[in-house]
Amino acid sequence: MTDPISLTLAEARDLLRSRAMSSKELTEAHLSAMAAARGLNAYVLETPDKALAMAAASDQKLAKGEGGPLEGLPLGIKDMFATEGVRTTACSAILENFVPVYESTVSSHLWRDGAVMLGKLNNDEFAMGSSNETSRFGPVVSPWRRKGDTAKLVPGGSSGGSAAAVAAGLCLGATGTDTGGSIRQPAAFTGTVGIKPTYGRCSRWGIVAFASSLDQAGPFARTVRDSAILLRAMAGHDPKDTTSVDLPVPDYEAAVGRSVKGMKIGIPKEYRVDGMSDEIEALWHQGAEWLKAAGAEIVEVSLPHTKYALPAYYIVAPAEASSNLARYDGVRYGVRVPGHDVTEMYEKTRAAGFGREVRRRIMIGTYVLSAGYYDAYYRRAQQVRTLIKRDFEACFEAGVSAILTPATPSAAFGIGEKVSGDPVEMYLNDIFTVTVNMAGLPGIAVPGGLDAKGLPLGLQLVGRPFDEETLFSLGETIEQAAGRFAPERWWA
Amino acid sequence: MVERFGAPPSPAPLPPRAEPTDLSRDAPLGKTMTAPVKTDKLIEGATGAFEVIVGMEVHAQVTSQAKLFSGASAAFGAAPNAHVSLVDAAMPGMLPVINEECVRQAIRTGLGLKAAINLRSVFDRKNYFYPDLPQGYQISQYKSPIVGEGEVLVDMPDGETVKVGIERLHLEQDAGKSVHDQHPSMSFVDLNRSGVALMEIVSKPDIRSAEEAKAFVAKLRTIMRYLGTCDGNMEEGSLRADVNVSVRRPGEPLGTRCEIKNVNSLRFIGQAIEVEARRQIGLIEDGETIEQETRLFDPGKGETRSMRNKEEAHDYRYFPDPDLLPLEFDQAYVDALAADLPELPDARKARFMGNYGLSAYDAGVLTGEKESADFFEDVVRAADGRTRDPKIAANWVLNELFGRLNKEGRGIAASPVSAGQLGAVLDLIADGTISGKIAKDLFEIVWTEGGDPKAIVEARGMKQVTDTGAIAAAVDEVIAKNPDKAAQAKEKPAMVGWFVGQVMKASGGKANPQAVNALLKSKLGIE
Amino acid sequence: MSVDAATVRRIARLARIAVEDDEVEHLQGELNAILAFVEQLSEVDVTGVEPMTSVTPMVMKKREDVVTDGEIAELVVKNAPATEDNFFLVPKVVE
Repeated sequence: MTDPISLTLAEARDLLRSRAMSSKELTEAHLSAMAAARGLNAYVLETPDKALAMAAASDQKLAKGEGGPLEGLPLGIKDMFATEGVRTTACSAILENFVPVYESTVSSHLWRDGAVMLGKLNNDEFAMGSSNETSRFGPVVSPWRRKGDTAKLVPGGSSGGSAAAVAAGLCLGATGTDTGGSIRQPAAFTGTVGIKPTYGRCSRWGIVAFASSLDQAGPFARTVRDSAILLRAMAGHDPKDTTSVDLPVPDYEAAVGRSVKGMKIGIPKEYRVDGMSDEIEALWHQGAEWLKAAGAEIVEVSLPHTKYALPAYYIVAPAEASSNLARYDGVRYGVRVPGHDVTEMYEKTRAAGFGREVRRRIMIGTYVLSAGYYDAYYRRAQQVRTLIKRDFEACFEAGVSAILTPATPSAAFGIGEKVSGDPVEMYLNDIFTVTVNMAGLPGIAVPGGLDAKGLPLGLQLVGRPFDEETLFSLGETIEQAAGRFAPERWWA
Repeated sequence: MVERFGAPPSPAPLPPRAEPTDLSRDAPLGKTMTAPVKTDKLIEGATGAFEVIVGMEVHAQVTSQAKLFSGASAAFGAAPNAHVSLVDAAMPGMLPVINEECVRQAIRTGLGLKAAINLRSVFDRKNYFYPDLPQGYQISQYKSPIVGEGEVLVDMPDGETVKVGIERLHLEQDAGKSVHDQHPSMSFVDLNRSGVALMEIVSKPDIRSAEEAKAFVAKLRTIMRYLGTCDGNMEEGSLRADVNVSVRRPGEPLGTRCEIKNVNSLRFIGQAIEVEARRQIGLIEDGETIEQETRLFDPGKGETRSMRNKEEAHDYRYFPDPDLLPLEFDQAYVDALAADLPELPDARKARFMGNYGLSAYDAGVLTGEKESADFFEDVVRAADGRTRDPKIAANWVLNELFGRLNKEGRGIAASPVSAGQLGAVLDLIADGTISGKIAKDLFEIVWTEGGDPKAIVEARGMKQVTDTGAIAAAVDEVIAKNPDKAAQAKEKPAMVGWFVGQVMKASGGKANPQAVNALLKSKLGIE
Repeated sequence: MSVDAATVRRIARLARIAVEDDEVEHLQGELNAILAFVEQLSEVDVTGVEPMTSVTPMVMKKREDVVTDGEIAELVVKNAPATEDNFFLVPKVVE
């Protein structure tokens, strides 16, 4: 009998449906794996009682031959998603023991479809980070290690807990959020599949807001097929979110395995940056070859404003965050540090409750919106954004179906390695992924191979608005060629 | 490779703007610089006369069931935090969704102000911290409001019509409420009002006196009550004004203005302007400068006092709300709303003057409230389709009815006499059943006891006597009892009035006075 | 553009985050590093370019004017640090 935690979500789904396995068994196996993996610090809150109750309810349905698309399948939820009755903190001290009386729309879709909740997953505080080192609960330890080395590595961020948990078999899939790369970059670091859908594809209602015009929810999974199954459940119009789009959700799973023959794949020359490692360059090349072998046409394209995406992002995202995080003031929820008047209370509460990175970004955001600087910074960054989007539109208009790039400039690095005095150094991790959020396009990270030290490297595909199906088709092609990668289980 | 910051590049930096991003400071001056000085409105200082320049920002609560961006109720007076949704409470992950009726109400109001309706407008976040502002920002409209320039015609009691320009109207969220006097060191915060839709209506600085200001706000209120877009209930906070006041000697440049915030009655608006103008005049005459600041009016002390901490000028960091999209609709949408508007006060007043021949003053008073105008027209247009004499109707409504209502502090909605009942009284006068004097008694009975006027007249025998035979008998009796006076009447015809009085008394007021008069004259031998 | 210590304090006050004296210099350095990084945007020719106002172009959906929410005062105050009779309690504002 296959180890339950090595199953893909699709395989587990089939086994549950055929009653070859029960949700109870599957869930218990995951709960045990989680207990053995606490050293990874992927979960910040385990919900075993809830999980078993949900599993039992699923088993009842499955016994009758009923059940939703995710019936009985155990998943982890990033701690940015409000889960009703279950503590939600955005991994920040400021939300202390906040227990929402509401469920995020995206996670409610998962429960609607029958999934089982294993617990809340670790992330960078308020989703601000690329390594999951800013969480109030401490860093996540990647299940991956360099060959012959026991140094602890980062899983990427901000959805580090989600990526680590999926890679380590601690859940069949997980939710993440992606504002500048926070699904795709950790997916690449952990050899998992992560997709950020088109802006507006998933509802943002009930997800702790970081940067409203950039945030999107998306799934983590071990295969492209699993990712497609999860996205179908998560996506959909929500009247409670004005920015959510009213378009039907396709059957994404049906796109997995579709031929990519004749698709034009763009290789943007501006993504070839100085100092790019040979291995990453080689993998990029290899990815193009795989797609060519499957009948796609490879063309070089130009996205001239690429290099401005990251600086523009570091104006827009902090600006929106500075406003979105103003509500964390100790009045209605979360921690409160007393003060002799309300201003002192605000200042002390927020200084104590927010970590360094969050405070830094709020400050930058406040500055770039402030009197006299709005035009020079925020407005200009939003103009640059229009230009970035136009670059992509021009490509798509010329017949390109998707654009292929590396997902990250490097493989995973060590915990503590990049926490230097220089904030910008960490920001450079997102250099290939932020363009996609800035343009509002869908992007998927698919494992492409391992580097010389045995660490995963990922490829990114960027698609047309609401054409996630093409990304799944192309992603599957790469997965078939590259194979799947799982870390050695050193922690259990 | 993306530039590392080791040796930062130094392109020429863009210079910051000198002044803060507060729109009201940028408001164009309209006709302020060129308008002629109204010498009768100047205020006398110790060293000469000063002109008072007033602009107003009126906050009007939109009449709607639910709030602007949340589905909680906008109704007044609920238990603490009962009319609060998770969105209003700014829980993590909450998002705004706009209420279409609030958009329509803003457009309707704009049409009532004869203003330009902007087919595309943007919602911005106005960021600041205050306990009654749960998000830490207010969703408002900054650079692109839903309504542009318009105008309000204000009729003054002396017959002057003042044109007050409207700069803009925008939609924004109201804040919650803090109560500070329940506890020595803590404030109590209630978010019921947080998120209720407000229209902020900004006038041009075209107002030149406290009286004009009050009349302007009253007219604005009337227009919105006609439209049903705001109930104008100042006691409940549905209508509040921020008043901008500056003074200058005639012909000189504009003075520095101060903003008096949150004035919530017409009376206080007038007092605040008077008090603030004199304060500024006093400072100028003492050779001091006016500081541009925000002030509060204290009605108890009859003074304004500075409100904001000077070192902390607000920097609202406006930016377009990324949780919303630009608000867009087409001209057809606006036209459909325009087609459905009720008759507005100015048009109704003109119609009353034209169709009913009423004076500007009477027409103005009647149309001051939609309910009064409706009542009046229900008196003029009888239920069976007849038309009653509008001038007589106006006279009765303005004098008898309004007089009585004012005495008892009641509004027309609480009138114990309905339009139908009043109309019936007027019918009884018109067909001679009762005299004007008896009608006043009848009105009093209907007011205090209710009932059908015609039936009351029947039951109490209030019909005036028109039968000349019966009157003749009474006339003869009075003449017979007063022979000396009768003789004098020939020389002094005015004495007939005394005789009329006597006959009326003798008949218990029921004799038709015209008939009595005619008969007396003939019997006394007077022409 | 770079910030001085006074600006750091002013921004911290606007953002309602207490900053200790010994933190100011370090924060100043970090903020300046980020500002230096974003300075390159001034190279871009943005003449006539509209700032992005909606990421995915669409007409804003509006809600009907019906009361669908509220009457949950207990839930609203449930997570609050200090309440009384369903009011939120906060230290007084000093005007």
